[in-house]
Amino acid sequence: MEIKVTEPAPLAMEWRQKKKEKPLGEKIIEGMIKTGGVSCIVLIAAILFFILKESYPFLVGAFNFKEFFFSEEWYPASVVKIRYGILALLTGTVLVTVISMLIAVPLGLACAFYISEFCSPKVREIYKILIEFLAAIPSVVWGFIAIMMINPTIIQLFDVPIGLNILNASIILALMSLPLIISVGEDALRAVPETYREAAEALGATRWEVATRILLPAAKNGLMAAALLGVGRALGETMAVLMATGHSIQIPNSIFEPGRTLTATIAAELGESPKGGEHYQALFAIGLVLFCLSFVVNLTADYLIRGRRQ
Amino acid sequence: MFKPSNHLLNKEIKEKKFKNLLSSITFFLFLPALIIIFWLFVKGHSALSWDFLLMDPIEGMTAGGIFPTIIGTFWLVVISVLVACPMGVIAAIYLSEYAKDNKLTRIIRLAILNLAGVPSIVHALFGLGAFVLFMKMGTSILAASLTLAVMNLPVIITSTLESLKAVPHSYREASWNVGASKLQTIRYIVLPNSLPGILTGVVFSVGRSAGETAAILFTGVAFYLPFLPKSVFDQCMALSMHLFTISTQVVGVPDAFPYATALVLILLILSVNSIAVVLRSYFRMKRKW
Amino acid sequence: MNKKIEIKNLTVNYGTKDVIHKLNLDIYQNEVLAIIGPANSGKSSLLRSLNRMMDFHPTAKVSGDIKLDGESIYIDEDSTFLRRRIGMVSPLPVGLPMSIRENVTYAPRMAGCKDQKELDFIMEDCLKKAALWDEVKDRLDGLATKLSGGQQQRLTIARALSHHPEVLCLDEFSIAIDPVTTMKIEAVLHELKKNMTIVMVTNVINQAKRLGDRTAMMLHGSILDLDDNEKLFNGVVKDQRTKEYIEGLFG
Repeated sequence: MEIKVTEPAPLAMEWRQKKKEKPLGEKIIEGMIKTGGVSCIVLIAAILFFILKESYPFLVGAFNFKEFFFSEEWYPASVVKIRYGILALLTGTVLVTVISMLIAVPLGLACAFYISEFCSPKVREIYKILIEFLAAIPSVVWGFIAIMMINPTIIQLFDVPIGLNILNASIILALMSLPLIISVGEDALRAVPETYREAAEALGATRWEVATRILLPAAKNGLMAAALLGVGRALGETMAVLMATGHSIQIPNSIFEPGRTLTATIAAELGESPKGGEHYQALFAIGLVLFCLSFVVNLTADYLIRGRRQ
Repeated sequence: MFKPSNHLLNKEIKEKKFKNLLSSITFFLFLPALIIIFWLFVKGHSALSWDFLLMDPIEGMTAGGIFPTIIGTFWLVVISVLVACPMGVIAAIYLSEYAKDNKLTRIIRLAILNLAGVPSIVHALFGLGAFVLFMKMGTSILAASLTLAVMNLPVIITSTLESLKAVPHSYREASWNVGASKLQTIRYIVLPNSLPGILTGVVFSVGRSAGETAAILFTGVAFYLPFLPKSVFDQCMALSMHLFTISTQVVGVPDAFPYATALVLILLILSVNSIAVVLRSYFRMKRKW
Repeated sequence: MNKKIEIKNLTVNYGTKDVIHKLNLDIYQNEVLAIIGPANSGKSSLLRSLNRMMDFHPTAKVSGDIKLDGESIYIDEDSTFLRRRIGMVSPLPVGLPMSIRENVTYAPRMAGCKDQKELDFIMEDCLKKAALWDEVKDRLDGLATKLSGGQQQRLTIARALSHHPEVLCLDEFSIAIDPVTTMKIEAVLHELKKNMTIVMVTNVINQAKRLGDRTAMMLHGSILDLDDNEKLFNGVVKDQRTKEYIEGLFG
């Protein structure tokens, strides 16, 4: 075997000189990336800072822990006696979130099961695009649907005077969080190794048995995360809820009564409250509560998803 | 001859029932989406016309068209993407390629991931506190689009991080191994191969911004502004906000108007998202590895 | 003989345990040093320390000193220029997601070579050396990722040669290649050693025997034995385990 090796190559190879310095352009761009990265992170930290800053005077002033969390009297603009109790709002948020999840989680997970376990890849792809489209419908359109479509339906079906109530908001929130629950749930199910299914099916298990005995335990964390992300979505939804719940700050006695959520309160009142006033600061304090709530929910979901991966 | 026992037959029937149940649930969940669009079209198409799209709203929004709202939404989305896209991509590159893998980095990643789930009304509060008041931009297009940008930033960072992570580490190593610098590796290996994913993420965030209402509510959008904005320091109208206004706040709006507005908004967002879907499948076909 | 690389007290640690512990090793100019040893004995980590690839590992800690031509490799903060002098072939084939032409000319282009003639020459030269030219010369603009595993491995070797490194490190280069091609490349390496120093990690003991001038036996992060091939493969060993490993009794 004859192998010719031309070496050293008859070339100038000026580029091969042993430069020691990084080119200046490279240094500048890397510097920009680093400052850009860091400043972006600072910006994100600023969110918490500004919400704290605006609500701070209220928190050290008119804020009263017991009244704030345990009173249902929210009279921020009252002439007689100003009160800042968010219990009714908190109840509203919790109610619509819980009811919407009661609807959305079982349906969404069933749907995730179907798409991940029974569909052919092609049909799955179509469903995924549909999910994306559903997820893209903006909340203000959902709110519009709540008023124009669900409102009259509820009035007709249940024979109640108003259809803008807790039930309406819950239905809308359920529809809105379904895409998220389905797609995260489907991811969790697909993350279960194919070998598990094959092993179980080789033993003669039906799909139903595979689903309940194998997949459910194996994908448990991911499915819980899917539900929690749905909760996060429902918790923070503003416009649709503002339009669907009706306007009434009270603890509702039934799902057919109107209510008000934390998010809707901010959206409805911030425009009218004088900037820098106590009412305005109290609304920022509500924002702080929302921030913490959503953080806890998302953190738990993230922990569950990561726990699954490890 | 093999004859299935009763027990097995029962199992089979059960299996079939289970499948049918799931498929009907799935089908009926997706039905509303189609019904909604169909229904918006049926109710709104009578008002849809070039006049509707190209005229100013007049007579207290009870007549005319929605032209300024489309322009306003356009400006808000464009400015917010112009700000959020480079910042988000740069931050993601920093986090994925430069930041050391220590506790601080992990906390930052976690914070970004979680901020993507913070309610948009909280972002609106931030925008009001930071841009409108603290930086004295006033309620303006600039303040509103910056708020949208901050809202989209964690989303863009997360999706970009995922696309960067999808480029196999062995490519980076191979590039470093032959004496390419870190930046060259990013420029010639990492970015070209993650660009499709990054782009798709950005386009989806455009769709999200176009429909957002809560975040721009107090930062730069006016209920009714019968003229077009002249600079970024003016207020503007927005499609999403207009839908909210004419469906809840104004009396005497013709029935078809809000439907037509909702239809325009949805079609706008769906067409943006279709671009993302098409982009994604196109790049998936052209995938180089 | 000239010392090309001097390794002093090298310790590598991935956070918990030392994978290489206080290793000392001199590598001479224009020799082929083969490194053998069972899995997890730190062979790859040793190679990856030579071109400071460890800099990019999130948890790796390297201490001790490595000198290239009498100068510490840590003298510059940036390791880019060092990696142009020390070529590296990884065990798994990596065709970068670009055309074959772009793959082979990647290193010179990154180093600033813009002359198309020179690039073409380098490409042909390196592909020939890696015994790949005949198979790909008609589809140089095709995607490298579409090549077979063995072809990609040879492409990796061609790429490693393209920047004319002074030291060439090969980490089990032949796992993905058939025996005939392996022999071709071995012949090339034999030629190349006139102009460069070659360090190769291999699991094939015969390959070490065929190619190496000297062979080092590594176990648990240190060097058990290091000697000329004539001695080492003829039973002159300091440690009995080396002999057993060579004879296939353990490992």
